[in-house]
Amino acid sequence: MADAVWVLGTSMTRFGRYPELDAVDLASRACLDALDDGGVSIHDMDVMGAGTLFQAQSGMGQRVQKQIGQTGIPVFNVTNACATGATALRAVYLSIRAGEAQMGLAFGVEQMGKMGLLRGGAKDDANVYEPSGRYGAVTGVDGILGTETMPGVFAQAGMEYAYENEGVGFEQFARVAYKNHLHSTLNPLAQYRKEFSMEEIMGSPVQSYPNTLLMCCPTGDGAAAAVLVSEERLRSLPGEVQKRAVKISASVLTSDPWVESGQVQPDVNTLTRNAAAQAYEVAGVGPEDLDLVELHDCFATAELIHYDNLGLCERGGAGEFIDSGGPFRDGRTPVNVSGGLISKGHPIGATGVANVYEVTTHLRGEAGDRQVEGARVGLAHVIGLGSACGIHILEKAA
Amino acid sequence: MEVSLPRMGSSPMPPVLSDGSGAPSTYRRTDMTEEADGTAEVSERLPIVDYLQIGDDPHLVANECTDCGARYFDRRNACAKCGRTAFTNVRVAGEATLRAFSIVHRAAPGIPVPYVSAIVQTDDGTSVRANVVGLDDPLKAELGMRLRLTTYGCGTDDNGTECVAFGYAAV
Repeated sequence: MADAVWVLGTSMTRFGRYPELDAVDLASRACLDALDDGGVSIHDMDVMGAGTLFQAQSGMGQRVQKQIGQTGIPVFNVTNACATGATALRAVYLSIRAGEAQMGLAFGVEQMGKMGLLRGGAKDDANVYEPSGRYGAVTGVDGILGTETMPGVFAQAGMEYAYENEGVGFEQFARVAYKNHLHSTLNPLAQYRKEFSMEEIMGSPVQSYPNTLLMCCPTGDGAAAAVLVSEERLRSLPGEVQKRAVKISASVLTSDPWVESGQVQPDVNTLTRNAAAQAYEVAGVGPEDLDLVELHDCFATAELIHYDNLGLCERGGAGEFIDSGGPFRDGRTPVNVSGGLISKGHPIGATGVANVYEVTTHLRGEAGDRQVEGARVGLAHVIGLGSACGIHILEKAA
Repeated sequence: MEVSLPRMGSSPMPPVLSDGSGAPSTYRRTDMTEEADGTAEVSERLPIVDYLQIGDDPHLVANECTDCGARYFDRRNACAKCGRTAFTNVRVAGEATLRAFSIVHRAAPGIPVPYVSAIVQTDDGTSVRANVVGLDDPLKAELGMRLRLTTYGCGTDDNGTECVAFGYAAV
């Protein structure tokens, strides 16, 4: 398409814990490296998208500009739960598509340190019970009226899939984590790079059955950035630069449509299915054309149901898919060769851009030890509760 | 004798539309017992959330869209399914089936673990989130098991007011 948008440069920091740095440092590093990777500078940017969650009100885009270049361009400070990074990318993408920018810089960053369990409101020792809030609650309900913890909410999503379909149980969920830990040993940018056996994974401390500790993503720090460019501007750049550019053939964002159970259990399925359908349609590809997928495995249970949601397996067949080796790096559709959120890490705002970094790197043939051979088409997916789903489909330059 | 009181204090806006009886359609109840001399005394029990109706016949109450039938447990501005703005209170069936659960080992501070978090579907098609209670072993929770609503005390405040929660127990 004439007005396509391309990834010109991209970078990510290794995910991990960086107590001596702050989020501005991490984002600045990712941005400077991405600009360098694209052979451009901040002065070439017409727009900036800045994604971060826990510091969403801090004007992260402008704070980073004050480190790397204050050029007065429009800044979109963006938040969308765990889909923050993809949303920041989309803000820049749309600016270019609208014809109001030729080149833009999108980044996502988070500094979570050892934040621990993400959960709902705890039972407080109220002096006097007083109903408040939309449900007239007299105390925090997390733990009394079911769970609001992240491992718990996603455990329930997986268990619902197990209830509705054959061949899915603890072992299938654990196998997802086994795969991602194994994959991460080849990724120097992963927070953790250690292989674990199925016994170790299933035997690690249960957080919220069936999610054990090794089936949960860690908290941490990191950033990722991408320089996007219009096709028109790209064609004016040197040939060797054009060859490394990767086309964004679909950029999609959805929210969760009404479902009956939605008020008690976030539905991560419908909006992902909708986003995938839109993305495949726009890109003119199907799931069978994907050479690799980086999807949102915040917990092992989440990845399993997304095989189905993204159409990587038969409807209801996610258990069989993992058991048959389908999503392993040598399988039919490699999923999370980076190690996924489970092993690569999940600094929330960064992940949506990091997934695009990963796919882009493989499409350029630059993924080193973990390279998926001959990769031409890839899909990056993130989903944030509330909910928001961001999908980007990327294609190698012809 | 039970008397319903208008909702106090928790909302800056009046509840949306009534059910035609003249009373606001979203309201919480306090148990009232009539004393022998005709004076009423407020007993010291409050439901943990206002969609739990406590008393002799505990049950959940939902706001049901009069147009499309979608049910909600919170106060409404409009129906998130069809957009209409008329609701009526409905009693939710007490019997249910377990559609999803998780045995939570790591929880918010002050919550005894492990507990079984559950998504149930009531026999009249409403999804509810609560705990499966009364199991002597959390591992006895099984997808598809049949359950019934039950209530239990979940704390007391400085005034001696008891908080009453609900859960689902095996039938």
